[in-house]
Amino acid sequence: MLLRRLVHLLVVLFFVTLFVALLTSMLPGDPVDAIAGFASPEQKDALRDDLGLDDPVPVQYARWISDFVTGDLGGYYSITGERPVMDRVSDSLPVSLQLMVYAQILALLVAIPAGVISAYRAGSRADRAANATAFGMLAFPNFALALVLAYYVGVQADLLPVSGYVAPEEDLVEHIRRMALPTVSLAVAQIAVYMRLLRSDMIATLQEDFITMAKSKGISPRRVLWRHALRPSSLTLLTVAGLNVGTLIGGVVVIEVIFSLPGMGLLLYEAINARQYIALQSLVAIVAVGYVVINFLVDVLYAVLDPRIRHARS
Amino acid sequence: MPAPDGSVGTEVPGLPSLTPTATAEPVDLVAADERLHPESRSARQRRLGVFGVASIVWLAFVTLVAVLAPVLPLDDPNENVASIVGQPPGTDGHLLGGDALGRDLLSRMVWGGRASLVLAVASIIFGLVAGGALGLAAGYFRGRTDTVLAGSFDVLLSFPQLILALTLVTVFASGEGVSSARRMVVLIFALGVVSIPVLARITRANTLSWSQREFVMAARALGTKNWRIMFAEVLPNVMPAMFSIALLGMAVVVVVEGGLSVLGVGVQLPTPSWGNILAEGRSELRDAPHIVLVPTVVIFLTVLALNYLGDVVRARFDVRESAL
Repeated sequence: MLLRRLVHLLVVLFFVTLFVALLTSMLPGDPVDAIAGFASPEQKDALRDDLGLDDPVPVQYARWISDFVTGDLGGYYSITGERPVMDRVSDSLPVSLQLMVYAQILALLVAIPAGVISAYRAGSRADRAANATAFGMLAFPNFALALVLAYYVGVQADLLPVSGYVAPEEDLVEHIRRMALPTVSLAVAQIAVYMRLLRSDMIATLQEDFITMAKSKGISPRRVLWRHALRPSSLTLLTVAGLNVGTLIGGVVVIEVIFSLPGMGLLLYEAINARQYIALQSLVAIVAVGYVVINFLVDVLYAVLDPRIRHARS
Repeated sequence: MPAPDGSVGTEVPGLPSLTPTATAEPVDLVAADERLHPESRSARQRRLGVFGVASIVWLAFVTLVAVLAPVLPLDDPNENVASIVGQPPGTDGHLLGGDALGRDLLSRMVWGGRASLVLAVASIIFGLVAGGALGLAAGYFRGRTDTVLAGSFDVLLSFPQLILALTLVTVFASGEGVSSARRMVVLIFALGVVSIPVLARITRANTLSWSQREFVMAARALGTKNWRIMFAEVLPNVMPAMFSIALLGMAVVVVVEGGLSVLGVGVQLPTPSWGNILAEGRSELRDAPHIVLVPTVVIFLTVLALNYLGDVVRARFDVRESAL
């Protein structure tokens, strides 16, 4: 079962990296003109040679993948020469990861209690209010929310800064203040997704015999809800939290640009606007590979947490 | 890998559960049914209702205005008027005020709706045709075809949506002097590609269960050709599910276009779209927040309406979310 998942992972990784590796050769026109239009003809020839864009596909792929796994992510090309992409990535990756982790934590912290309570009181006024709110939250794009928050909280109320980054080891309070609005902007939609999901799972779990059994033994509703019902209901939540990392990555990219946070998103943005296709290629590869691996880990964890699945599928 | 034994959708929708539920409280049948089938109550209630009608009215209004943009008495969306630069709604008879370059915001929103809606509809149609055909083939033929196709949906899904779209747009339409038209075509293609695996999967899951039904077997026994069974017998039954996901997909496209605009690869300026109006307003947030707030409200209402109608269709035709 694990072996089959591993094979699946490798197949997906192969196709994902193949697509990314061939990106530059897909550029319309002469790729070298697109990458370094400012260069002299001799420089262009050297670059063409260096990138090996005329090589057959397997050769191109082999070279790209061996560079990629050894940390050679190519360079930014400018009139002054070539700077390695790797230098920037090692500083940017932690910022993006922090933002993603904060957003997931905040989303789960709000969504789990909200989902549990509205499942317990399904159909009540509070439940319906929570559902309506969640529905509205789903329709609010994170970048629009980010700008609305930046305006009302940042500019009008002047409570929090709206741009820039401070590392946690430098000044923890300032770090939290600067990450607050980006985190909230990202978390809102996730809260809605998780809450709705947990609510419908919990409603189903609360119908099960073992819950009736627990209740009839006189265990307090609170304990039944949190100790007996939550765990079996939280499995789908886990998978969806894993799948949602994809949405979250897209969100992080846009939110970083809005709040000028120096993460992977800002790097991508710079690469796009300076037409640095080699850098784009490496950045997309990191993001896509990371996403595939996270989903693989979630899948494995899912089977570990729920023995029923582990046995049913093998 | 999914089991090829057709175990999907064996549950018969609409039939009450036969398992007796022990309960100490007096039995409230409606409440019990609601607890057992959390969606069924809303399914009954959601024969459109006030919100459904409001959603349709809003979408019809937005569409009508966008279609009629050339004949409406609007200012030129690209004409700069010095007196309304960054002015709030209501200035000088400009209902929604002016943007940072003194262009009439109402006119830009109307013309922007045109771009945003064309993009949403066209890319989802692209996704429906391509994803629908692939999903239908995968679910109908099963076996090796299914393994290969379902595997390729997995690969496509393993890119975060926005990243895949932005990569395709950057590679195919971001050089210097890319025309608005080329950018638009590439955006439709990119967002269509992004929606293919989602639409293909739902089509596949539903095809799997419908292909097991008696009428399909009957058609097969009569010697009907495969493609005819697929399109005449199976497809009509799978369409409601595809349609409900298509509505949600259009909402996603409207939002993703906004995200791409913030990154500078949305609809090409000066052609307005809801997304790029909002993205342009970003730099004037402090002095002219209305440039951001107006498209925010319009995008919010449109996405809300599409999501709501998508849910209505899904509830009515009992489309399982788990099939996604």
